[in-house]
Amino acid sequence: MVHSIDPTLHLKMYEQMITIRSFEERAIELFEHNLIRGNIHPCIGQEAVSVGVCSPLRREDYMVNTHRGHGNCIAKGADLKRMMAELLGKSTGYCKGKGGSMHIADFEGGNLGANGIVGAGLPIAVGAGISIQIRGTDQVVACFFGDGAVNQGTFHESLNMAAIWKLPVIFVCENNQYALSTPIREAISVSRISDRALAYGIPGMTIDGNDVIEVYKQMKEAVERARTGKGPTLLDCVTYRFFGHFTGDPGRGITYRSREEMEEWMGRCPIKRFREYLFREKILTEETEKGILAKVKTSIEEAVQFAMESPFPLPEEATQDLFY
Amino acid sequence: MNLRELTNTEAMAEALREEMIRDPSVFIIGEDLVAHGGIFGQFIGLPQAFPGRVIDTPISETAIVGAGLGAALTGMRPFVDLHFADFTTCAMDEIVNQVAKIRYMFGGQAKIPLVIWAPDGAGLSAAAHHSQSLEAWFIHTPGLKVVSPCFPYDVKGLIKASIRSDDPIIFFMHKKIFSSKGPVPAEEYLIPLGKAEIKRKGKDVTLIAYSIMVLHALEAAKELEKEGIDVEVLDLRTLWPMDWESIAESVTKTHRVLIAHEACVTCGFGAEISARIQEELFDELDAPILRVGAYRVPIPFSPPLERFVIPGKESLIKSIYKILGKEMN
Amino acid sequence: MPEVSFVESLRMTLREEMQKDPLVMLIGEDIGRYGGIFGVTKGLLEEFGPYRVRNTPISESAIIGSALGAAMTGIRTIAEIMYIDFTTCAMDQIVNQVAKIRYMSGGKMKIPLVIRTQCGGGRGNAAQHSQSLEALFFHIPGLKVVMPSTPYDARGLLKASIHDDNPVIFIEHKLLYATKGYVPEEEYIIPLGQAEIKKKGREVTIITFSYMVWKTLRAAQQLEKEGVDVEVVDLRTLYPLDLETILQSVRKTNRALIVHEGCRRNGIGAEIACRIQEEAFDYLDAPVERVAAMDVPIPYSEPLEKAVIPDEEDIIQGVKRVLSRN
Repeated sequence: MVHSIDPTLHLKMYEQMITIRSFEERAIELFEHNLIRGNIHPCIGQEAVSVGVCSPLRREDYMVNTHRGHGNCIAKGADLKRMMAELLGKSTGYCKGKGGSMHIADFEGGNLGANGIVGAGLPIAVGAGISIQIRGTDQVVACFFGDGAVNQGTFHESLNMAAIWKLPVIFVCENNQYALSTPIREAISVSRISDRALAYGIPGMTIDGNDVIEVYKQMKEAVERARTGKGPTLLDCVTYRFFGHFTGDPGRGITYRSREEMEEWMGRCPIKRFREYLFREKILTEETEKGILAKVKTSIEEAVQFAMESPFPLPEEATQDLFY
Repeated sequence: MNLRELTNTEAMAEALREEMIRDPSVFIIGEDLVAHGGIFGQFIGLPQAFPGRVIDTPISETAIVGAGLGAALTGMRPFVDLHFADFTTCAMDEIVNQVAKIRYMFGGQAKIPLVIWAPDGAGLSAAAHHSQSLEAWFIHTPGLKVVSPCFPYDVKGLIKASIRSDDPIIFFMHKKIFSSKGPVPAEEYLIPLGKAEIKRKGKDVTLIAYSIMVLHALEAAKELEKEGIDVEVLDLRTLWPMDWESIAESVTKTHRVLIAHEACVTCGFGAEISARIQEELFDELDAPILRVGAYRVPIPFSPPLERFVIPGKESLIKSIYKILGKEMN
Repeated sequence: MPEVSFVESLRMTLREEMQKDPLVMLIGEDIGRYGGIFGVTKGLLEEFGPYRVRNTPISESAIIGSALGAAMTGIRTIAEIMYIDFTTCAMDQIVNQVAKIRYMSGGKMKIPLVIRTQCGGGRGNAAQHSQSLEALFFHIPGLKVVMPSTPYDARGLLKASIHDDNPVIFIEHKLLYATKGYVPEEEYIIPLGQAEIKKKGREVTIITFSYMVWKTLRAAQQLEKEGVDVEVVDLRTLYPLDLETILQSVRKTNRALIVHEGCRRNGIGAEIACRIQEEAFDYLDAPVERVAAMDVPIPYSEPLEKAVIPDEEDIIQGVKRVLSRN
């Protein structure tokens, strides 16, 4: 592999991936202790997509997110404390407790929010693209969606619109191969989601979504195209969610995935692969890693503590924030 | 005041032009705007005056509304043209789950200065897919403001106020009133959202109406005047926020109420107004509140069928006699 | 038969109908191997095969549209939309196609289509997975709307809905799935459009449906201790609305309260309140009151969600408001 990424960025990306995984593991624990309501949709196993996609972005670039979106928030620079507080429904959370796990937004950090409706974020990304075009800035939009979204009408409408107007939107499919329980091979008639790009006349590629360097490189190129007015790209990042659809999935999705398949994909863990690479290339040492792990652990624990100590919103706050 | 006679279409175009000059973040997006000037010619001249700010889209209602939302969230003031109110169904997730909820769901982080404009209503033999009045849906959906004026003066002032609002607005205009005329001042003015207006003073019955039903209401009132019945016609103009004070004031005076809309009666906006009046002004009422609206069927194509299904002056007159407990001559 | 859960009652009914009629088909997301997100269709794929239990991609518009096409061409179709919030993604198909096609074509065809979907809050699922949208469909000519509250009613009403040659929206509250109740093994049908008095009483008529029936019955128990005797009318079917049962009760009690989980503004309660005052004006001793959700999206955080969705205490307060008038 030839790399043009500097070591500092490598280490930052590694730290982010570890942070995402630790955040998710801790969130699952809190869910199991009934401290988080509803459900969470952990992105464990997909860290390379979050980090590879968000690393070439600037803070002022936009991101449109999905229900499985904690990792993308973290990679886009969200504050762990405010995220964790939102998961716990506290008034200090990003959405003051109104959104929860599925709807974290951080407008100051360019995060236009996560959606509970499959495919609903794509048109919003198109609109942000239009806004950028009219305002004449060189921002871009990273639009995340899952493989389940590609069969919604919004996918077709949005890719077409972005293509005809050459909007600065990068459509990132976090293709974890299952729409809840339905495998992608049973849900599309072409072999790869990126084949659909042909229909819109835009670049589309299917890439190894568990290889953070590969995701980063492809995203960087797509961002450059977008920034220079060359229009949208469809990136189909093939990955796997280790945990299943959500915290309510029996046996982490064992009812619809074989044990062999699950084990095989866990063997392709994006963090493990990146770690091996970093050691091979002598970018990471045991000592630096220790430091990173300790730092991540502290920041997660601080986030949990902050969330736990934060107050719940007052019931009467339920009537606020509807209108401006 | 320098008054001109303008059609509703002209009043709307003038409002858009003024707002687009005033604020470069205002733009219009929808189907058939540039070559066609909008399905009713309502945007004629604007694409030439504001190149790049009147955007023609493919037929993709979901993406149009979603894109309007995305642009509103990122600093623009989009005015979305949906062609027909019926097509809100094609963008219903974007309207109900996204546009209406995003500010609240995200804890108040965003402004959503978005106007979704759509012609509604029947009477043109456009049949079941191009004739609906669906305002009740959006009144039921928390997070949206709903506007539905009748006269050019109100249309212009409310379009301008809607564009300047930082909340999402669904703006309906009945397609049969596009060419109806009225006086419009040349000077700048705004009509605040949420303010009804008494279009005819009266003392016997309060007739609450909006959109095209205000015209029918005024005609009915004129006819009833000859019979010595004095009807007050209250034009809501904005449906939500509802101008409860104006309603209460009128009902407290007349003690009898008729509500008129063209939408299907069952669970239409009349239900909410009526429920609210009897809740809060129970002792003021001398008779049941009646409602006039469309029959519970899709809008049929054939003119005699369509005329039967949608309400007009005659059904208003009949209901007013009923409320007053009088026999019709 | 001993007590069965709401889920079991639904599954049993689907199985029976599929066994009896080879032209009954299910279609929806994750209804195959996964057995539906709440387990309602568990085992049905194995028993009836993939032609009759169609597991689809995430494509709500196409699910409803194709279900309509199948229904128009002789298949008694039961489509599942996982959350009622997602019906908005298929709104054109439901409102402009399903609801209108028979009328638009001059009454030429049957539409034996049931859209099963699931509604309601209380589980921390936030704004896009907790809604109660029945009023949207209630407003649309051409749709019947059913919202059962017990396993017994669910079975009888689902049968009636499947047998109906018109489109029916069949809405199940997510907190009902685990509730249990007596369900006889014998075949029975509960005709659409018939309310049931779940508790007799003489002082106030409470009109409610779906999960709110349970909260109302609990509130009624509490009120009974305080010497207040309420009558609880469970609508079961919203459209056609059983106005006769409502009016009979109100003419007896002279006071009415409507309880639902959907937003208050322009909800079902508005229509019912309005109908009562239209038809029974002189019988009313007090305004018809409404207890419903606040007019905001459903928030995630527990204290906020609790504040927004009505509970037993809100119902008790509502009854007291209705009784406070002489």
